[in-house]
Amino acid sequence: MARMTMIEAVRSAMDVSMGRDDSVVVYGEDVGYFGGVFRCTQGLQQKYGKARCFDSPINESGIIGTAIGMAVHGMRPCVEIQFADYMFPGYDQLTQEAARIRYRSNGDFTVPMTVRMPTGGGIFGGQTHSQSPEALFAHVCGLKTVIPSNPYDAKGLLIASIEDDDPVIFLEPKRLYNGPFDGHHDRPITPWKNHELGEVPEEYYRIPLGKAAVRREGNDVTILTYGTMVHVALAAAEETGIDAEIIDLRTILPLDFDAIEESVRKTGRCVIVNEATKTCGFAAELMSIVAETCFYHLEAPIRRVTGWDTPYPHSQEWEYFPGPKRVGAALLDVMEAA
Amino acid sequence: MSMSADDEGAPDRDGVERAGARLAPDPKGAGGKAQGGLSLHVPEPEFRPGDTPDFSDVPIPKAGSVRKPPIDVDEADIHDLAYSIIRVLNREGEAVGEWADMLTDGELIQGLRDMLRVRAFDARMLMAQRQGKTSFYMQALGEEAIACAFRKALKPGDMNFPTYRQQGLLLSTDYPMVDMMNQIYSNGADPLRGRQLPIMYSSKRHGFFTISGNLATQFVQAVGWAMASAIRGDDKIAAGWIGDGSTAENDFHSALVFASTYRAPVVLNIVNNQWAISTFQGIARGGAATFAARGLGFGVPSLRVDGNDYLAVYAVSKWAIDRARSNLGPTLIEFVTYRAGAHSTSDDPSGYRPKQESAKWPLGDPVERLKNHLIAKGVWSEERHVQAAAEIESEVVQAEKQAERHGTLHSGDKPPAREMFEDVYAETPPHLIRQRQEAGY
Repeated sequence: MARMTMIEAVRSAMDVSMGRDDSVVVYGEDVGYFGGVFRCTQGLQQKYGKARCFDSPINESGIIGTAIGMAVHGMRPCVEIQFADYMFPGYDQLTQEAARIRYRSNGDFTVPMTVRMPTGGGIFGGQTHSQSPEALFAHVCGLKTVIPSNPYDAKGLLIASIEDDDPVIFLEPKRLYNGPFDGHHDRPITPWKNHELGEVPEEYYRIPLGKAAVRREGNDVTILTYGTMVHVALAAAEETGIDAEIIDLRTILPLDFDAIEESVRKTGRCVIVNEATKTCGFAAELMSIVAETCFYHLEAPIRRVTGWDTPYPHSQEWEYFPGPKRVGAALLDVMEAA
Repeated sequence: MSMSADDEGAPDRDGVERAGARLAPDPKGAGGKAQGGLSLHVPEPEFRPGDTPDFSDVPIPKAGSVRKPPIDVDEADIHDLAYSIIRVLNREGEAVGEWADMLTDGELIQGLRDMLRVRAFDARMLMAQRQGKTSFYMQALGEEAIACAFRKALKPGDMNFPTYRQQGLLLSTDYPMVDMMNQIYSNGADPLRGRQLPIMYSSKRHGFFTISGNLATQFVQAVGWAMASAIRGDDKIAAGWIGDGSTAENDFHSALVFASTYRAPVVLNIVNNQWAISTFQGIARGGAATFAARGLGFGVPSLRVDGNDYLAVYAVSKWAIDRARSNLGPTLIEFVTYRAGAHSTSDDPSGYRPKQESAKWPLGDPVERLKNHLIAKGVWSEERHVQAAAEIESEVVQAEKQAERHGTLHSGDKPPAREMFEDVYAETPPHLIRQRQEAGY
């Protein structure tokens, strides 16, 4: 075991994968010589050579389009989009091409490709370095979408994503890169080295896609969440004293229906938390699923806590970010509703 | 279509050839009453319905007049080839110049049969669509030489990333014609299980990547495939295909910048058939002299070739494919041709171009030109041609009968509805299992 930040865990996953399988290649903007703007690929070019880890032109459609061509050839490209906000020029290649090639060719061609992207806010990135576009991927049939909340999961899930035979969108909550951020931006940063999930094996291991994790067991209310908001939800439960069960979905597609339904049927209450905008966000999908499958077990209306339906502002970052106070208010609200 | 490969024009690089694309002044003006003197320029084709098309003043370089450089030539030394037209067959049906004599008589006769096969297949499937046996069809009338001859220059294991008008890439191989028809009919034997629009074939074994239907996306995917081949130290190359209209898409630029940067072993083919549905090629080309010239800014060797000349298409394709396979990097080719038919069965060209335009097109018909060449060489005859066409017609009719035994779009067998839920992912995830159960399958 080693102590790793989420950056180191992501890097270790690529390192282990490249070492095991020479069809794994890594590229993207600033990814090669420099090792990426968040340093996730640092050292990989020196270790595996320029043909397996290299800088790309600033062209997301080209990054994803060439990765599709490589995957079709039989490689397992793991490419980086520098910020999830930058993926839109490549969205056509992701949604109309990568997602459908297996289906439209009846399995003649497949796309075992992973696209990594830092997601979410909390670093004063403004409207073009802070977005959480996971719903735009989950809405597309043929893609898988993964969002880890800690270094241990990030490594195991990224290895599983690289080894998956379908295209996987791997969203890395950038505010979690260096520590388990709970939304209290005015407090000192907690590093991963003090957190049990910052203990990461150096060697190969996988965490299967489509399996949620229970981060806190509880009986009063279920919180469905993922990414940065897992830590915010934990803080809210502690601060309100409400016995919440916190489900970290880890993969939003495929989704772990069993974990969701089992928990909500047990607690009879449900709060859903995501950082993305509200309307048509993934929280809305989760509300629908809970309403469809657990309605007769509910003792209160389902609540969701999300970012506001505005662009991600710069100076008002913490008024926008759905922090522990807003999550706590929702928890109190559903507890009072009975 | 007429057979009028015009040899009169000089290979004049200054008087850039712009067949069917010369910019005419816009008599109506697009800017209206301007106070500041500015007006918007909207290019128009020279001829519209009711006009008499006349391409006699279009300079077409003499067959055999364009030199053939070595494959390791410095790109900076062949910029002129992006502005000319490489041609081999002259008006007398002779193969002339440095690009000639690359194929045997037997290979040329096979090439003619391949093109006849595409033409007969297209005619039959067009009729099948009109008879209601399928929803949609797209023919390659007048463009048969390009895919058929290019295919012959590839090796097994190479990969094409085609558009919807390269059926010749399959019909010039041993891919079963009946499977193409089964796909077009979306019937019980459709290799793509009814999931794709007619003609969107896929066959990895035949080096034919699944057709998208969205435009230009495949161009950059071809570059990625070629990069993978290079990363792995393989000897296989890729070919990307795109039309004149979709060179305007972002992915055309993406493909060229990646191909150029990584010197990918890829041949990037632009089929300039003059028309993008109803939009003439000047709308995509803008102020550039040719589509091939787009490659020069990327430092990619770029050649322009007579797409209706089977021998020229083969020669230039072979040159570019040899370059790619020799690790010399990408080549951009513009095949100059003319879409003699409608864009698709959903299109009616009489609404936007003169009916006689394809007959007046100065590069002639590829089938007639190769046929006349073979007759001039004394290795072919009108009788043999009629006989070959009859044999091919019979093959097509037999294949159609065989396909119809598996059903057509609205009658007979079709792929089971349950299959709709398969192959979205390698393993069907829980939400799709639930939906399949909800749908009753």
